[in-house]
Amino acid sequence: MTAQILYAFITVILGVGGCFGYFYGSNWLLDKTFPANANNDASAVRNLRIQGNIRPWLFLGPAMLLLSVYLIFPVIQTIYLSFHDRAGDQFVGLANYKWAFYDDQFRLSIFNNILWLAVVPALCTLMGLIIAVLTDKLWWGNLAKSLIFMPLAISFVGASVIWKFVYDYRGAGQQQIGILNDVVTYFGGDPQVWIALPFWNNFFLMAILVWIQTGFATVILAAALRGIPEDTLEAATIDGAGPFKIFYRIMVPQIYTTILVVWTTITVLVLKIFDIVLTMTNSQWNTSVLANLMFDWMFRGGGDFGRGAAIAIVIMVAVLPIMIWNIRQANAEQKGH
Amino acid sequence: MLKRFSLEPSRIALNLAVLLIIALWTFPTAGLLISSLRDKNDIAASGWWTALSSANVNKKTHLKDMVDQVEKDGKFTISGNVFEGADAVSGKVSAFGTKVQAPGENAAGASAALDGGQSLVVNPDGSYVLSSPTAFTADNSGIRVFYIASQPPRFTLDNYQTVLFSEGIGRSFINSLTVTIPSTIIPILIAAFAAYALAWMKLPFRGLIIAIIVGLLVVPLQMSLIPLLKLYNAAGTFMGAPSKTYLGIWLAHTGFGLPFAIYLLRSYIAGLPKDLIESAQIDGANDFKIFRRVVLPLCFPALASFAIFQFLWVWNDLLVAIVFLGSGPDQLVLTGKLNALLGSRGGNWEILTASAFVTIIVPLTVFFSLQRYFVRGLLAGSVKGG
Amino acid sequence: MANIKLTNINKSYGSHHIIKDVNLDIKSGEFIVFVGPSGCGKSTLLRSISGLDQVSSGTLEIDNAVVNDVPPSKRGIAMVFQSYALYPHMSVFENIGFALENQGLPRAEIKQKVEAVGELLQLTSYLTRLPKALSGGQRQRVAIGRAIVRGAKVFLFDEPLSNLDAALRVQMRMEIAKLKRDLPNTTMVYVTHDQVEAMTMADRIVVLQAGKVMQVGTPMELYENPNSVFVAGFIGSPKMNFITGKPAEKLKAKTIGVRPEHFEFSKTATDISGTLDYTEILGSDSFLYVSTSTGMLTVREPGRTQFKTGQKLNLKPIAEHVHRFGVDDQRLK
Repeated sequence: MTAQILYAFITVILGVGGCFGYFYGSNWLLDKTFPANANNDASAVRNLRIQGNIRPWLFLGPAMLLLSVYLIFPVIQTIYLSFHDRAGDQFVGLANYKWAFYDDQFRLSIFNNILWLAVVPALCTLMGLIIAVLTDKLWWGNLAKSLIFMPLAISFVGASVIWKFVYDYRGAGQQQIGILNDVVTYFGGDPQVWIALPFWNNFFLMAILVWIQTGFATVILAAALRGIPEDTLEAATIDGAGPFKIFYRIMVPQIYTTILVVWTTITVLVLKIFDIVLTMTNSQWNTSVLANLMFDWMFRGGGDFGRGAAIAIVIMVAVLPIMIWNIRQANAEQKGH
Repeated sequence: MLKRFSLEPSRIALNLAVLLIIALWTFPTAGLLISSLRDKNDIAASGWWTALSSANVNKKTHLKDMVDQVEKDGKFTISGNVFEGADAVSGKVSAFGTKVQAPGENAAGASAALDGGQSLVVNPDGSYVLSSPTAFTADNSGIRVFYIASQPPRFTLDNYQTVLFSEGIGRSFINSLTVTIPSTIIPILIAAFAAYALAWMKLPFRGLIIAIIVGLLVVPLQMSLIPLLKLYNAAGTFMGAPSKTYLGIWLAHTGFGLPFAIYLLRSYIAGLPKDLIESAQIDGANDFKIFRRVVLPLCFPALASFAIFQFLWVWNDLLVAIVFLGSGPDQLVLTGKLNALLGSRGGNWEILTASAFVTIIVPLTVFFSLQRYFVRGLLAGSVKGG
Repeated sequence: MANIKLTNINKSYGSHHIIKDVNLDIKSGEFIVFVGPSGCGKSTLLRSISGLDQVSSGTLEIDNAVVNDVPPSKRGIAMVFQSYALYPHMSVFENIGFALENQGLPRAEIKQKVEAVGELLQLTSYLTRLPKALSGGQRQRVAIGRAIVRGAKVFLFDEPLSNLDAALRVQMRMEIAKLKRDLPNTTMVYVTHDQVEAMTMADRIVVLQAGKVMQVGTPMELYENPNSVFVAGFIGSPKMNFITGKPAEKLKAKTIGVRPEHFEFSKTATDISGTLDYTEILGSDSFLYVSTSTGMLTVREPGRTQFKTGQKLNLKPIAEHVHRFGVDDQRLK
């Protein structure tokens, strides 16, 4: 064990050190090659200008390199692969897309994704809004928000284990250790295999994501609520409006854009959902979503890159418009102040 | 902002409503923690919420048989303790009986009259005395007794011990650290330099570069996996080295995290007062010096925010780890290990719960201690203020 | 010793032509003030001299050397910003010493120079403090200290008093005046929109409007002999009165200008008469706002006025203090 810790430690130091080394080293080299410290020497002035032309690229270089390799190249490559066969050699035109269109699993995945899209963002945003409003007035509001927020810090796998405890099934007549079944049997019902129920199992999986993501919505919306000028609320109270009226006539309209931003951000996340389905059901019982399908095709039977890529493109095309809108909104809000 | 004007549905109702929601929310996690501390038999036997109070258990046992009888004062007695034996549990007996339909017929400590003049007393501590005016024979000894015992909650750290040392969780923990720490520090470094360059340095095509980087925020991770996998494999065979290394995954996480990092840091750095940068320029500092001495110290909040985000994201990641790092004991990260356990040891709840908790304890600690920055980071991307 | 010479300086940002053909000769050791309304280009001009912005065309010389392409740190200038631009995370000592650090001076020398400046500006007991623990006046002194310690030949001030409240502003004006006295060989270029600052501190004033130099002269020259309606109206508070119509025609001008203190009262009717609308009694002076056929006029009376609101007043400008302007709004000879 100690050997491993030591090895890990050294690896980390080397990695991080290498990075620091590049930045310090390259800048030092630049300064040495084009010295500019003499006062008012014509060459010092010229060197300073040369430094000014080269240095930005030293700063930006690693980022651009990494982005090209890890994001730009893959996008182009994936588009390319989606038009080729399983090993990426032969051009097959739209064959992969055609296959996807007629494939049952693909259609099922799209259907499931749509289901997730319809339910999760709306639920998260709504609950986030309600919780944000309720906790705003409490003296222990921040603590409450932290607790709602906490599931965000947990990995999806961890969350799955937690929720396995909630959904666990034992045969009828046995002691139940899953909370849900325990409650159901207490009220006289039969225990169910929740994650295998046709159609409804998707919702039980969605509950997990809602549990995790509502915290995100709560934090953003709580901050937005704080930004509402108190005067408008006080004026409304003086005008005789009750709390619910104030909520949907005064508060909500003023944070409308933020609500939309939250809603769309969660939407993008939902489109990429993978871990939960993988760990809870591994796509069985008709719970498959696009990301899992893509993953399967990547590794199934040696990997079919063409089909996997086609599915990836579908995911991206779905995500693209929403994210563009999202970023535009965020930029506009920033410019606003 | 705590003393806002008051909405006046009763404050009690408000507090209760929130309390209910909070309880609902923390319930599942609490369940995990409590389960991980229970004895493994208990976990399989009953729900975790029962662990918090003494549970009433119906048990049965056989009393000792005729060979153990003792004669005393003209009476024959057989004594013992119901808590001994193969099916041993501990606790207090609250009631007992001899018929299966009425296991709690007699209160503990009271004397029960049985057939053939025998009487039986079972005491709360489990000790019993079966007495008979005549000697016991094979027919009327060794009888079955039912009793109801209440057991206090039992907790143990055994599961954690097992999990950390014999199940390889300890190693996975270190692997996760080895992956996460550089994958957090390196992106920050690279992104900070790039962000400064894009915010304050003279660059041709600066606007275009910024637009592209923001555009890359859109690319879903999944799109990169297949091409990168092919690339890594090709590079691996080319260099005669394994394709799945720590360096590989550090670079991958850095690449994936850069758009968000640069986006966040750039807008923060661009928001720094222009005078400061100009003053430093007049003071003769070159950009590297300005970055190190003026800008970097001032953008600490933004750096902290991103660091937390990235740390949590990488620590909790499963997909990238599966694809770019292997599953050997020297490489499998915590999330992967947990996933594997779910598959192979799905029935061993005690292992699963303790492992899961080990997985989440680090992010939870990081989260709770540095919450402020986490929240600020979220807000920087979406909403003004905060 | 450092004179500054601007020859045909033009500065444009894209299609916006901000500075138009400016020619200026700033003498060594002079305290010159650029003044003008918002957007006139005074800050841009200052920044062009500093090198933070490049001039689009023209020649800029500092100390008889052309510095168009020389970066700011090499021009021998120091700048005091409106916000002071103190590095918030560095102590006063580090703030002042930063420039010396960049020059690569040894630590001992830096310490000596910073402490000398600290003593000069009475900052010795604050050297270890952070900027946020300093008052507005102290911060300004640190900003000035930064400029002094570099031994710069030219100091550039970009509206340094705008962020201060009125009382502090007076005090700081005195400090800057003292600085000017203590450093007679340093050329100081000061930008402000406040003409009171200009009048009280400048050796010479440059009045700018829409990127062009309107007039250059000493404060009194500008006050007594403004060469245009614009300069006449800009310098002096309250503003000079401008009268068109019959009174101007009588003096063969399109517009005549009379400062508030240059009116006399007549018992008989004059060309300029009206009703007293409103009085402001300040104690030392009274300002009378008189509504006439040619507009609202401001008249200054020393002490407390005896006139009452609604009273009819006959005003007569004092002949030698009447400014005559022609059709092009320029002064008539």
